[in-house]
Amino acid sequence: MKMVTAIIKPFKLDDVREALSEIGVQGVTVTEVKGFGRQKGHTELYRGAEYVVDFLPKVKIEVAIPASLVEQVIDAISKAANTNKIGDGKIFVHDLQQVVRIRTGESGEDAL
Amino acid sequence: MKQQLTWPLRLAAALITAVPALAWADEAPTLNSGDTAWMLTATALVLFMTIPGLSLFYAGMVRSKNVLSVLMQCFAITSLMTILWMLYGYSIAFTDGGDLQAWIGGFSKSLLVGVTPASLTGTIPEYVFMTFQMTFAIITPALIVGAFAERMKFSAMLLFMTFWVTLVYAPICHWVWGGGWLFADGVLDFAGGTVVHINAGVAGLVAALVLGKRRGYPGTAMPPHNLTLTVIGAAMLWVGWFGFNAGSAVAANGTAGLAMAVTQIATAMAALTWMFAEWAMHGKPSVLGIVSGAVAGLVAITPACGSVGPIGALVIGAAAGLICFISAVKLKRIFGYDDSLDVFGVHAVGGIVGALLVGVFAAPDLGGMGFGSGNDSIVAQVMVQAKSVGVTILYTAVLSFIILKVLDLVIGLRVTEEQESEGLDMALHDERGYII
Repeated sequence: MKMVTAIIKPFKLDDVREALSEIGVQGVTVTEVKGFGRQKGHTELYRGAEYVVDFLPKVKIEVAIPASLVEQVIDAISKAANTNKIGDGKIFVHDLQQVVRIRTGESGEDAL
Repeated sequence: MKQQLTWPLRLAAALITAVPALAWADEAPTLNSGDTAWMLTATALVLFMTIPGLSLFYAGMVRSKNVLSVLMQCFAITSLMTILWMLYGYSIAFTDGGDLQAWIGGFSKSLLVGVTPASLTGTIPEYVFMTFQMTFAIITPALIVGAFAERMKFSAMLLFMTFWVTLVYAPICHWVWGGGWLFADGVLDFAGGTVVHINAGVAGLVAALVLGKRRGYPGTAMPPHNLTLTVIGAAMLWVGWFGFNAGSAVAANGTAGLAMAVTQIATAMAALTWMFAEWAMHGKPSVLGIVSGAVAGLVAITPACGSVGPIGALVIGAAAGLICFISAVKLKRIFGYDDSLDVFGVHAVGGIVGALLVGVFAAPDLGGMGFGSGNDSIVAQVMVQAKSVGVTILYTAVLSFIILKVLDLVIGLRVTEEQESEGLDMALHDERGYII
């Protein structure tokens, strides 16, 4: 099993969710985060006071999937979140040791 | 009788005729229900300007950890000034001070003793006049909050306001509106350019200097946490200001209509001017800019609204929009003081612009309603205006400084660094503005 984490631009969330749905991934955890990579910040201006904002709002998506789906998931997220501009984000894949469904107690791939 | 001076003279007549032995006016004014109805309404509008107009305007501009502290200060000031005005404030501002009349009133109406439902001020009940003036005594100290936001101790603030309304606001109010020496000079200050705005603005600057800069200013980012609140507050100020300006006619008449019209024109002009100036200088028009422009226009037209015509209002609005834009955006940064919410930049500067320009645009040739009594030219009137501005600045600066310094020695004005970092809402009030 794998945990796929993706940092994407916030307005791309709906597109990515739909793309994951289409390949059969039904469960997703979403967090609002801030960050930067190569995308520079922007300036905001309030009554002449200029503020450089380095941290940009992003969205973090986490999906727990069977190892067999990894390539499809990476592909789906990449295509859906891509805007061809700096700041589109990154995808990380971790090994997932254990998964348990709390209601039923199922574990392993049955719990995904 | 010059229209713009109707109400102070009528007030003087009313005060004199209230004492039967001294009555020498041919006809004592009687209750006019139209005037009274309007003034009851105007009073509510001006109170609304402070709670929640000004409160929200300021609250949105501070950081979220301090949002409640600003609301608390404004609400507490409203409550406290009400009581002080009732106890003695109204009396020392508006009664005859005998030998000291040029400088201050007396204590004859302390606790409002002697005022009855039948007592009149001009054509309205004295209770209404007293409450109307009370709302001015509330908003003027509340304005100062913007200068020391995010770093003043609540207890010190309450004490400062108590001494300030007593030693600074009430005397200046008396000089201009209560029959004191500035009024006698024929100064034109219809709704309080000097009494309210220059007064609070300069006191604010002094407070900002005495308290010092906020921790991390100017390097740390301190953007407004909720401009939607600020816009809502600004809109409430604009609407409420009809009570402030048109209500200062103390009558439902043509002068009130004039005040309403020129207030609207000047404010809109100032809002647009600031917006365009910012657009030209920084590339984009901003919401904070346009509402700040509107407030600058409201401030500048305040002393002028009974004396100038629509064309004068256009010029005053444009001047206020541009000059206040420069002072709020540039001046602060040049001199390096931390007037957190631009109380000096908008209220003092806007008040000065309006107080001086009314000397020009009161001229009948420029559409005005005529000069103040004893003055017969633009030059003469502007000199009188400049004197009143200068005196106000000097008096409020010196006394505000003294009060602040003494309080600093006795109880300390500023919160600790830790409290300032944590945020005043938690540190001083054990509350959070947003539990999301």
